[in-house]
Amino acid sequence: MISSDDSDPPAPASGGSAGSVSLAVMVNGTRYPLTLDPRCTLLDVLREQLDLTGTKKGCDHGQCGACTILVDGRRVLACLTLAVMKDGANITTIEGLAKDGVLHPLQQAFIEHDAFQCGYCTPGQICSAVGLIAEGRAQTADEIRESMSGNICRCGAYPNIVAAIQQAMGLP
Amino acid sequence: MTVPRTSGSEDMLRAVRRPVPHDSAEKHVSGEAIYIDDIPEPRALLHAYIRSSDIAHGRIKKLDLAPTRAQPGVAAALAAADLPTGHNDIGPGFAGDPVFAEQIVEYAGQSVFAVAAETREQARAAAMQAVVEYEELPAILTIEEALAQDAQVLPTVTLMRGDADKSIAKAPRRISGRLAIGGQDHFYLEGQIAMAVPGEDGDMLVYSSTQHPSEIQHHVAHILGLDANGVTVETRRMGGGFGGKETQGALFAVVAALLAQKTGRPVKLRPDRDDDMILTGKRHDFIADYVVGFDEEGRIHGVDFMLASRCGMSPDLSGPVNDRAIFHADNAYFLPHVRIVSHRSKTHTVSNTAFRGFGGPQGMMVIEYAIDEIARTLGIDPLTVRKRNLYGKRDRNVTPYTMKVEDNILAKIIGELERTSEYWQRRKAITAWNATSPFLKRGLALTPVKFGIAFTATHFNQAGALLLVYTDGSLKLNHGGTEMGQGLNTKVAQIVADEFGLDFEDVKITPTTTGKVPNTSATAASSGTDLNGRASLIAARTIKERLIKFAAAHFHVAPGKIVFANREVSIGGEKMAFVELVNLAYKARVSLSATGYFATPKVAYDPTTMRGRPFLYFAYGAAASEVLVDTLTGEYKVERVDLLHDVGKSINPAIDMGQIEGGFIQGMGWLTSEELYWDAKGRLQTHAPSTYKIPACSDLPRQFNARIADWSRNREDVVYRSKAVGEPPLMLAISVFHAIKDAIAAVGQYQISPQLDAPATPERVLNAIDALRLRLGDHLPAREAAE
Repeated sequence: MISSDDSDPPAPASGGSAGSVSLAVMVNGTRYPLTLDPRCTLLDVLREQLDLTGTKKGCDHGQCGACTILVDGRRVLACLTLAVMKDGANITTIEGLAKDGVLHPLQQAFIEHDAFQCGYCTPGQICSAVGLIAEGRAQTADEIRESMSGNICRCGAYPNIVAAIQQAMGLP
Repeated sequence: MTVPRTSGSEDMLRAVRRPVPHDSAEKHVSGEAIYIDDIPEPRALLHAYIRSSDIAHGRIKKLDLAPTRAQPGVAAALAAADLPTGHNDIGPGFAGDPVFAEQIVEYAGQSVFAVAAETREQARAAAMQAVVEYEELPAILTIEEALAQDAQVLPTVTLMRGDADKSIAKAPRRISGRLAIGGQDHFYLEGQIAMAVPGEDGDMLVYSSTQHPSEIQHHVAHILGLDANGVTVETRRMGGGFGGKETQGALFAVVAALLAQKTGRPVKLRPDRDDDMILTGKRHDFIADYVVGFDEEGRIHGVDFMLASRCGMSPDLSGPVNDRAIFHADNAYFLPHVRIVSHRSKTHTVSNTAFRGFGGPQGMMVIEYAIDEIARTLGIDPLTVRKRNLYGKRDRNVTPYTMKVEDNILAKIIGELERTSEYWQRRKAITAWNATSPFLKRGLALTPVKFGIAFTATHFNQAGALLLVYTDGSLKLNHGGTEMGQGLNTKVAQIVADEFGLDFEDVKITPTTTGKVPNTSATAASSGTDLNGRASLIAARTIKERLIKFAAAHFHVAPGKIVFANREVSIGGEKMAFVELVNLAYKARVSLSATGYFATPKVAYDPTTMRGRPFLYFAYGAAASEVLVDTLTGEYKVERVDLLHDVGKSINPAIDMGQIEGGFIQGMGWLTSEELYWDAKGRLQTHAPSTYKIPACSDLPRQFNARIADWSRNREDVVYRSKAVGEPPLMLAISVFHAIKDAIAAVGQYQISPQLDAPATPERVLNAIDALRLRLGDHLPAREAAE
């Protein structure tokens, strides 16, 4: 699920402290120039530097899916992605899915199908589902279940999550 | 005290009975819902780290924090010797859970000291610089070892009725055996977390992800040396609790508060996932010995059960958890003669705690396993044996603890599910299919659930609420319950809205805080809505009666002619907006705020004799599950599940359905893929989702039909005649375990019963198949055994 990145690593910042690098990312349509420790994960940058706390830290090991975001349209685990790997990337988080105050069809479908309980995994589930639809591979409920298996929901709202995704895909 | 009945005719309800979405739905899908780690961090915030023991049992020979304190960024480091009051115990009820270990550590993962630093990384790195030396002591790591050494956290409890020995000896048939039942990690997606913010006069505000703010408040005050009125604990929502935040949040809240007190700065403590799983308690694993006497029809004459659970290093909630296991070792069945011996074993592992079902699931597993064994011994379908042993309506209806089963609807539920799941047709088809399929085997099982509702500790069955009505007609409600995704706030808002004929959206529920409703009980035991919904209803009724009294006098109308409906108030036929009446009442100096208080009636039992009425009522359900097992690998797939569950008259069918499906899935994880593993030194090796497998979306049954028994109604006067739903559906998953056992039995043409422990991981399934084949080799002709 982690996309590879063949772009050149960013050069160390000239004016930054030792060990920091400069880069810029586009997040939800806004460009953010950043100077940071190259060990910073994209998740920590989003949450702690950009105050975009909708993306959640669940396991911090790339195993629960709570931190799923979209990087250049593909679903990516922000906790396993170093921010420096994504210089120049176009990032969408849960905060960037609604347009002009109108919820994304998947967000609306999640509400209509009661596709969450505690809500903690929900931003990751929705971003993952946006990525899944863009991939275009999953066409049936069985395939949705398989392709969403990287996003765990301890409350067990899976039947409604699948139903919400089916609705957003226009499947019966 | 008069308890107002839930009011109004059903057709006037605007909010109750409707599947209104969760009150945080929009916030959840937009990422705007704030969990504690999302609160904007206050100025000068420090981050804390707890360093824990890496041995299971030992004496602390040396603890030197000087190297830690000398590290960059460190603001404070505290161990047991540094506690301000000398108080060092956060056990709930029973002592035994130190904040920081003193001379002895009793599990690998026990908190030894804590550090606060400018960053989490600095705190962690500094903690690793401390000098900690142990003298290792012999550790008890299994229930069997604890039983052999008579190591207990609490004394053994025995429940007896009649003469179990005699009835078993005289019964025509008899079986005996041992079953092991695994534990379970809560794996709430939001881990444990607390943030403490010091205030004036040494006061402390603690944001805690907890199901029990009042208990956190108590511990923080006690350990820091403050009065309870100097400590406020606030919980907006949890990212899952499942019992894992009933007592286990206390360590993190108290440590954050201690460090905040020491430094005068706010402190956040958020353990990472591995530390969370290593440091905190889980569902108790059990071993159970059973001896059952029965007749040729499969009717049970007497049972003799020995239940022993891994309580870990301290009592925590193990007393009531094991009591509940005893109270559910009958599940749905009448047991004429009973002896249940319950050992609360002490081990040098983490202290086990509350987990959805609270011992009930383990107790139920024992009797369900025994019934399955009876059926296979007699060659009768297990469902038939289950039905023959169900509690009766007029006789055979008293539990071993003497509570009468008054509203037994299980025969109806099972009958309906037999039809809708086509149990008997599928049984026939599966048996035929298995006869022709050499390696893949199908299994089917239908199991019931009867689960007692109320806290077994009677005094916890109380709740409070505070309702404020503003002059713009909006309502603000605070109650003692906590929101962990179960939809409690949604249901309570529905209840309050309908009392005033308002919409659900007119009622805002604020974060749970000890500053508004004092001395609350944990949101646990499935009782959140029963208790807090009713307390909130009582508060609403108080204000409504004031408004009616005012309106009756002001408009010279009989009180009976004043009706709240459709966001209006009809006063003798004249209609007025709710907000208008509120304004008139305000100007006439009528109080528009009220508290509500509720104590559950009827419940009382004597814990020394284990007799009485521990529960107000029972919630029922049944599940039929079908699995497909690959007998060459032990892997399996849950093919079809049909659930029928009783929620009384539902307050919110969407939320209740979520609890039913989600509870089932969580129970399925407990009995199938979720395996806790400690190594030979007592260190937990399954402390992340890489090694601890909770159900994923792909583990959903291929066909999943869940239904609410919509004809049900709570015969007890519970709010809107609903029933609690948080825990009971978890135990519907016992059907999956028995479907797997049934598929394994097909390997031996149902001639002998396989032995299977929980969780039924593919490895255990394969071992059970191998063991069965070995036994078949003894019984079957050589040609078949050599297959």
